[in-house]
Amino acid sequence: MDLCYQLADVWFRYAERWILQDFSLEVSQGEIVGVVGPNGSGKTSLLKLMAGLLHPQAGVVNLNGEDVGSLDPPQVARCVAIVPQESQVLFPFTVRELVLMGRFVHQRGWGWESAEDLRAARLAIQLMDLEQVANRTFQELSGGERQRAIIARALAQQSRILLLDEPTAFLDIKHQLEIYATLRGLNRDQGVTVILVSHDLNLASQYCHRLVLLHEGRVFHMGTPAEVLTVEHLRTVYGCEVIIDRHPIVGTPRITLPVIEQCPQWIAR
Amino acid sequence: MDVPLQAGLHADARDSILTVRRWWKTIVVLVIVSLIVLALCLQYGTERIALADVVRILLGRGADVTSNASGVSPSIILLEVRLPRLILAFLVGASLAAIGVALQALLRNPLADPYILGISGGAALGAALAVQFGVSWAMGGFSAVQVFAFLAAGLTILVIYRIAVSDGRIPVQTLLLAGVIINAILSALILFITSLSDSTSAFRLFFWLMGSLATLGYAGLGALTVYVLLGIGLLFGQARQLNLLSLGEEPAQGAGLQVESVKRVIFFTSALLTGAVVAVSGLIGFVGMIVPHGVRMVFGPDHRLLLPAAAIVGGTFLAIADTVARSLLAPSELPVGVITALCGGPFFIYLLVSRRKDSIG
Repeated sequence: MDLCYQLADVWFRYAERWILQDFSLEVSQGEIVGVVGPNGSGKTSLLKLMAGLLHPQAGVVNLNGEDVGSLDPPQVARCVAIVPQESQVLFPFTVRELVLMGRFVHQRGWGWESAEDLRAARLAIQLMDLEQVANRTFQELSGGERQRAIIARALAQQSRILLLDEPTAFLDIKHQLEIYATLRGLNRDQGVTVILVSHDLNLASQYCHRLVLLHEGRVFHMGTPAEVLTVEHLRTVYGCEVIIDRHPIVGTPRITLPVIEQCPQWIAR
Repeated sequence: MDVPLQAGLHADARDSILTVRRWWKTIVVLVIVSLIVLALCLQYGTERIALADVVRILLGRGADVTSNASGVSPSIILLEVRLPRLILAFLVGASLAAIGVALQALLRNPLADPYILGISGGAALGAALAVQFGVSWAMGGFSAVQVFAFLAAGLTILVIYRIAVSDGRIPVQTLLLAGVIINAILSALILFITSLSDSTSAFRLFFWLMGSLATLGYAGLGALTVYVLLGIGLLFGQARQLNLLSLGEEPAQGAGLQVESVKRVIFFTSALLTGAVVAVSGLIGFVGMIVPHGVRMVFGPDHRLLLPAAAIVGGTFLAIADTVARSLLAPSELPVGVITALCGGPFFIYLLVSRRKDSIG
């Protein structure tokens, strides 16, 4: 299968501390890859490096065979859409206006939205279940609606690769499920490559083809959810004990947190 | 059950996206209203000229208009005094409002106005030097004070850019801080110069700083018109880019915006426009902050409409304010900045309050 991302020996830091160290990763077209790991393990930085928003101090990030650093933002945006972790919108734009901004890279000069732009935006709004609030301003939305609006903006960009940073963090279970189902649908029907950062190991386990477990800026383990999500791995990486069994229907690993009555040693330590 | 409630809440909401049709409709209406208001403004001054006569003179049939008590022909009052001043007021107001719109999006700061970058401080220092040393030649329709102010503004732009830029990027926070600090230093220098000067110069400078629109003849106006149209046009060309910037710089880049080059275009265009406007008219407050807000509240935040609408409204607003400033206590004049603040402030409060009632339902 064709590679769409190839990261080789990437070193990255903001200041003193290395965020990613000697990091290598390959992603094939049509994959759904989940990036998991504890807070501060470099997940968000990894996504931003892949979107060309950050640049590594050493190593190379190849997107479809070209160094991301050598591409300008429109070139990257035509291939990759990114959904950031948090979003603030300065002015009272409506959801529809916001989603249409996802079409920026397809518009020429000082253009008006084409019929194609409007169609793509309408589709994205439908997919994210936002029709009811399409004319409201971003500021009037609930946290979950905001998150869906931002995802819709990225969908309207109609890129072949989607990078999502904790897309379901603020969502209720119905909308969590809808997001993952939408991503899987786009992946299956249109071959969209999905790379997502998630703290929800269970959803990642159910929906991702492959998981990348990060630990202190390096790949700790990479493989199918069953290979990655083991009691030993999670103990080492997260420093906590979990119970792992199988999803009753699809058989992917299911993680359950134990009930602990008192402050455990690994917290006290 | 909450369907009717929602309908009520959003019944008067603006159309959710900007269409070519709505753009043209809005702009045409604004232009017509603006022209009518400007014509009405021309009636007032020390001497009232009837609207019919104003129209007749503007259409080049001024000879029909009879002279009045003062013995000065109304046609001369209108064409030599009021019209150039009205045009200057419009150009200055339009520029201030357009710059305010652009800077509020660039700096991600709804309180930004054209004077926030520190360029105005540079212009003021230039003016102070010209006044202090009594430079008195004129150039291409502009006085020495204006030329000095503009050149000093240009130097200030370069200094601020040098301070703010790093690795070819302009971090917005650094730009903002550079502006504030440069403004403080320049203000100190202006005070220093003023303290050295005699009372006549100090008084002249004081009035220059308060802002005045009685300063330019037709030769200067022609050049300024071209300059202002070019500047506002350049900002207008970045309208979609400004929309994206309000998502934040990283998300905007993720959507394909060449953030740094857009920021550079907006910084230099706004700065050069500010320099020119302050050079010809001094510091006229409120227009550059209030008008963008008011227009955004009424027409929405899409910069493709917001920017030209704010320019038209800003120009008209300053023309009205200047008309009031020179008519209220005629024959003596009030500083126009007093009027813009006194009208602008309460109007802004009204907008805030009425919007809040709407959103409560």
